[in-house]
Amino acid sequence: MKLLAFIATLMTGALLIYATVDFPDWGDPYSPASRHVSPRYIEKTVEETAVPNMVTSVLADYRGYDTLFETTVIFTAGISAVMLIRRRRK
Amino acid sequence: MIGEFEDIIIQTLCRFLIPFVQLFGLYVIAHGHGSPGGGFQGGCILAASFVLVVVAFDLAEAKRRFSEKLNNIFCSLGVFIYAWTGWMCLLLGANFLDYGRLSKILPVDPVKSRYLGMFSIEVGVGIAVMAIMVSIFLDLVTEGKHEEASE
Repeated sequence: MKLLAFIATLMTGALLIYATVDFPDWGDPYSPASRHVSPRYIEKTVEETAVPNMVTSVLADYRGYDTLFETTVIFTAGISAVMLIRRRRK
Repeated sequence: MIGEFEDIIIQTLCRFLIPFVQLFGLYVIAHGHGSPGGGFQGGCILAASFVLVVVAFDLAEAKRRFSEKLNNIFCSLGVFIYAWTGWMCLLLGANFLDYGRLSKILPVDPVKSRYLGMFSIEVGVGIAVMAIMVSIFLDLVTEGKHEEASE
């Protein structure tokens, strides 16, 4: 049974390595991920938002809705910790 | 549990160190647009200064400086500032979190008001992360008994 599991693991690993051959190169400007919205963010960030840091403009402006709920997730984690661990005064 | 190992060297060092840690945290939040950093990182640094107070002094001293109740309010206040910035844009007639419209109430042009809107939400994130880190830290380090111990 252990041998079977080992063979299955090997085959899955080989399949995954075979799949990585089709990946675009590291930092390839013509990969699908770099051709969709990235050029627009890179070109228009300073023009549209006056922020010199591209990461911030994507995080806080173009993807502001996402960051709002990231903050909400942290808030929920804090509230859960309070509810689960903290003992109330009687 | 905490405060049993009081040491004059550690306390003096921390008394000098904590203002600089807090100043650095505020710098990271305020310069989140122009340099690496932002609300999440700056909030963690601010929370670390609070952890230093608890480690070097004791829990009662930390709570005397920054009370439990205030911390709970700050937890919600951070998220509130973020969401309220979004609502302001909505009330001024733009989409949710579309900071350009904030130029109607701020004395700047729409591009610069996006900059200020981002600063406002970074401040909100910083406050929320700081207060929640402190809250989780206090709960974990005292096994949730810090409200009983403070009486």
